Amino acid sequence: MKRTLPLAICLVIGVSMVIQFFIPHPVSLRYNSTILTWVIILTAFALILAIGNVFVHHGHKIVKQQPGWFYSAVTIVSMVIVAIIGLFWGIGGQSLFQKIYLNILSPLAATMFALLAYYMASAAYRAFKARSIESFMLLAAAFIVMIGFMPFGQYIHPRLPDFAEWIMQVPNMASKRGILIGIAFGAIATALKIILGIERSWLGGKD
Amino acid sequence: MMYLVCLSLITIAPVTDVQAADKPNDAGSNIIITWILSPDDAFIEYYSVLRRSAHDTDEQYIGRNKNGICTFEDNTTQDNIAYTYVIAAVMANGEAIRSEPSNPGRSYPQVFHSGRINVLVCILIFSALVLYFVRRARRDKNLFIRKIAGLAAVEDAIGRATEMGKPILYVPGLWDIDSTATIASMNILGEIAKKIARYDTPLIVTNRWSVTYTISKEIVKEAFISQGHPDKFKNDYIRYLTEDQFGFAAAVDGIMIREKPAANFFIGYFWAESLILAETGAMTGAIQIAGTDAVNKLPFFVTACDYTLLGEELYAASAYLSREPLLLGALKAQDYGKVLALVLLAVITVLAFFGLNLSSIMVVR
Repeated sequence: MKRTLPLAICLVIGVSMVIQFFIPHPVSLRYNSTILTWVIILTAFALILAIGNVFVHHGHKIVKQQPGWFYSAVTIVSMVIVAIIGLFWGIGGQSLFQKIYLNILSPLAATMFALLAYYMASAAYRAFKARSIESFMLLAAAFIVMIGFMPFGQYIHPRLPDFAEWIMQVPNMASKRGILIGIAFGAIATALKIILGIERSWLGGKD
Repeated sequence: MMYLVCLSLITIAPVTDVQAADKPNDAGSNIIITWILSPDDAFIEYYSVLRRSAHDTDEQYIGRNKNGICTFEDNTTQDNIAYTYVIAAVMANGEAIRSEPSNPGRSYPQVFHSGRINVLVCILIFSALVLYFVRRARRDKNLFIRKIAGLAAVEDAIGRATEMGKPILYVPGLWDIDSTATIASMNILGEIAKKIARYDTPLIVTNRWSVTYTISKEIVKEAFISQGHPDKFKNDYIRYLTEDQFGFAAAVDGIMIREKPAANFFIGYFWAESLILAETGAMTGAIQIAGTDAVNKLPFFVTACDYTLLGEELYAASAYLSREPLLLGALKAQDYGKVLALVLLAVITVLAFFGLNLSSIMVVR
């Protein structure tokens, strides 16, 4: 019963959502929006469990004085303060909550994003070593595309920007579309396997 | 002024052939009105759309189109009530020339979306393939599946972490559970957790969404139970971090730097943070296995990780790791589905060379 019930729910909801896709009738649309409302309610309950996990994990580190416990204290204090501010003073455009979001969280996120440039440089250094024919081709293609898309690329050769564009639009696009076709079939197969109960890893495997 | 004087001397022809018809493949309340433009369209400022039903005493103004446009969608109708429409061509001086009334048009909801027949046919063919190969897999347990280096290395990665006494980090992507990539990632997590359960290796699963957190916790717990080691499972293995994209990246980076996992799995859908995560992992010296269907992020993982599951390999991973015949059968169906798609694409391409364009049959409305 512990396995049969989830599998039955999965089958019924899965098949009904597939059928719903082909029926534009208002009854079908209402069904779809009802299911989506249930998803929101489930998410709200899951969020309570998730926040509980944050408290337990970091609380444990603080109580046991584990290495880095101070960061856990900062996490918990920040979370509680921001939650109280949002709950009692609102989250409107001019609220303190928004000011915290715009002046603390956003710059921190932007800082993380900015690190990407440095990581790209270090990853490119590793990737662009011509150790084999394949890596040489990768290096050559990247070099042509980078130079071709730069303003002075056309001064090296007037056709270089066109060639760089051709690399992007023909060989690059062809391989991307090949991967995308495989992904589409993989996604459909995964959905079918779960709906039909063939894939049961999420229940701990086969009986 | 001169222009207005000239306009007052011109007599413009009305629009003709006004037709009202239900909008196909919708939930009702929509009528599409079409007409043939006035031959004097250039002198017309706009077309007013006027509506009357059997219950109305007067015509109602519904909306207007600029000149040159000969179709209008009325989305304020009541279903199964007949409406007639008149199009008034209005000039800059305000003078309006009315058309003949249209045929009575009724809106009603459809019970089948005819624009999606192609999708239905594809799903039916593919489902038939899956069911056929699953049945075949029940008889023939030795279906061939090519070696996928990234998945063959999973065992090594777990073994390495066990020998070093360090944890294994698993990141199930940054999309919520409604993404197929996340669902595939959860299936892989189940298989990896089963292998981990046999050893005494700590596991860290970091989650961006509350729903993926609860599901991954259940999956890992079930995996430990299925291997007969429920006692080895710890709640702390599964962690919820934050919904903020770069906050999440910072938190996972922190875990990699502080707890130094010996093996990192990045499996699911990722965005720009993919390179931040993979490069940090590479710096800590962990063996890294990534898998994503985000095509633009594949180069990041290929560059920074030891093994990468490319696109569809992500969806094959669960079958590959579990070696369950039924799952391998579904994998075969996936391959034959691809063959059919390629044949269809080739046929449509060849026919296009002969002037027969059938590409519209592949459009999903």
